[in-house]
Amino acid sequence: MANLTLVQAINLALSQEMEKDDRVMLMGEDIGINGGVFRVTEGLHERFGSRRVVDTPLAESGIIGTAIGLAMGGLRPVPEIQFEGFLAPAYDQICTHAARMRSRTRAGLTAPLTIRVPVGGGIHAPELHSDSPEAIFTHNPGIKVVMPSSPYDAKGLLTSAIRDPDPVIFFEPKRIYRAFREEVPEDEYTLPIGKARVVREGCEMTMVSWGATVVQCMNAIEASGRDIELIDLRTINPFDMNTVAASVCKTGRAVVVHEAPMSCGIGAELSARIMEQCFLRLEAPVQRVTGFDTIMPYYKLELDYMPDAERIGKAISETAAY
Amino acid sequence: MPVDCAFEIAIERVSILDEHGVFDESLAQGLIPDDDVVKLYRHMSMCRHFDEIAFKLQRSGRMGTYPENRGQEATSLGAAYALEDKDWMVTCYRENAGLFWRGVDPEKILLHWMGDERGNNISVRATPLAIPIGTQMLHAVGLGWASKYRGEDGIACTFFGDGATSEGDFHEAMNFAANLDLPVVFVCQNNSWAISTPTAINCSAPTLAQRGLAYGMHCVQVDGNDLFAMVKVIRDAATRARTESRPTFIEAITYRLGDHTTADDARRYRDQDVVDEWSARDPMIRLRKWLEQRDLWDEGREQALRTENEIYVKGVVERAGGIEPPTTDDMFAWMYSEIPPVLDLQRRTLRTSSLGQGIDGSGS
Repeated sequence: MANLTLVQAINLALSQEMEKDDRVMLMGEDIGINGGVFRVTEGLHERFGSRRVVDTPLAESGIIGTAIGLAMGGLRPVPEIQFEGFLAPAYDQICTHAARMRSRTRAGLTAPLTIRVPVGGGIHAPELHSDSPEAIFTHNPGIKVVMPSSPYDAKGLLTSAIRDPDPVIFFEPKRIYRAFREEVPEDEYTLPIGKARVVREGCEMTMVSWGATVVQCMNAIEASGRDIELIDLRTINPFDMNTVAASVCKTGRAVVVHEAPMSCGIGAELSARIMEQCFLRLEAPVQRVTGFDTIMPYYKLELDYMPDAERIGKAISETAAY
Repeated sequence: MPVDCAFEIAIERVSILDEHGVFDESLAQGLIPDDDVVKLYRHMSMCRHFDEIAFKLQRSGRMGTYPENRGQEATSLGAAYALEDKDWMVTCYRENAGLFWRGVDPEKILLHWMGDERGNNISVRATPLAIPIGTQMLHAVGLGWASKYRGEDGIACTFFGDGATSEGDFHEAMNFAANLDLPVVFVCQNNSWAISTPTAINCSAPTLAQRGLAYGMHCVQVDGNDLFAMVKVIRDAATRARTESRPTFIEAITYRLGDHTTADDARRYRDQDVVDEWSARDPMIRLRKWLEQRDLWDEGREQALRTENEIYVKGVVERAGGIEPPTTDDMFAWMYSEIPPVLDLQRRTLRTSSLGQGIDGSGS
């Protein structure tokens, strides 16, 4: 076991997969000699060389489009998009090609790439460095979307993502890149994509979240002193509705927390599915604590935008009292 | 301080067999054996007949929208002839002649336009038709890169039109290939039109070929209706890619004799006089004359070939039209390597929401 930050856990997963499989190669802006702007790929260029850790031209569509070609050509590319705000130029390649390749060719060609992207706010970053676009890619069939909330989960989920035969967007919550350390096995292990984790069991209420917000949820739950079950989705697409439904049918109450804007967010989908599958067990309407339907504000206001323990705490009391 | 010339270069234009039948023996030396010229002419003729039949299938309601290939056959065919099996051909949607030469079953192309994904399941090294303009060149760059990564000498050759050179992905593909030293051949089929948009709206430089200069890439213009010239420039570019891992940008001048697709009416935006001029530059006319001058072809063989083409294409149409229909299940089955629970529920119930849908999601 090693006591690692999320950044270190990802770095370890990358190096172990590269060690194990020559088809795995990294590509992106500043990921080589510089080790990435968050130092996630630190030391990998030195260790694996410029054939397998490639500093690319500065062009997001180009990075993903060429990664699709590399993947169709039999490799397992792991491209990095430097910040989630710069996924927009790559949206075309992700959605019109990567996500569709398997189905439109009836599996004649596939695009098993893993797109690593730092995501979310809370680090006082400039404009377009703090967004949460997971719902956009979940709405687009054909691409898996994963977001870990801890170093242990990050290593196991990234290993699974790289080995997955389908294209995966692996969102890395930058707010918790170095926020805490956790014991992480040094040996390789995988965590299944599509399975949620019950972080904390409880019978009074179910709370569902993912990514950095899981930490805020935990703080709010502890402050409330209530017996609340916390579920970390881990995978946003396809998400583990069985775990969510089983929990809500047990507790009768649900609060969904995410950083992305409210309307048409994953919270909306979760609410609809909870309504369908747990209707007769519900004691209260499903509450959503999310980002507002605004653009992500500049950092002076970012903490007002993001769900914090206080807003989550209010939702807990209201839902419990309903 | 004097003002010096920082950089100067001329763009070469390659022509071997022109529209008047003028033939450059020296450039053609050892290029294509006579027997192969006959085979290539026969193939082009089959493709032309296929094109006519595909057009009729659309007009008679037996197939959806179809883009005619007429007039552009030499461009992709010359390329396919010069490539090797280990190379990738990454096309848009007007390269039937090259794809068929590589071994793509013509039935697949009909299936594609008949609205059937099975038309995209191709067993040779060719990617399926790309509908969004100018996005596929990046895949070619990646495919060439994968080959180089493994230490193999396969290359990728990609096709696109003059309109596609306005797309951002075109420039990103050129930039990646040049800066990362990748074995890619870019073939721009300049057919004068992007639906109704003339080339001048997509490029105000004297040639499209010179776009390659900006990326430090070898670039050349070629008569795209000249099969010999196409084989030469592709062979040179393929050698450059294979031995030096350097890309080439080729502007092939051709002309779209038909409409953009069966949904288009080109009479709305172009003069028939110009179309007639280009009809005289048809790649098949000069090739047939060349063969006849050398006693490699005659009217008798032409008649026999027509009959052969009719029988062959009839068989293709029967196979494409006679395939068992896809099942509803096919929509779901291929989305992921393993079907996720929510999608499996949709597949089993053919419902997206259901009253009484229990915890197991079984629905009612």
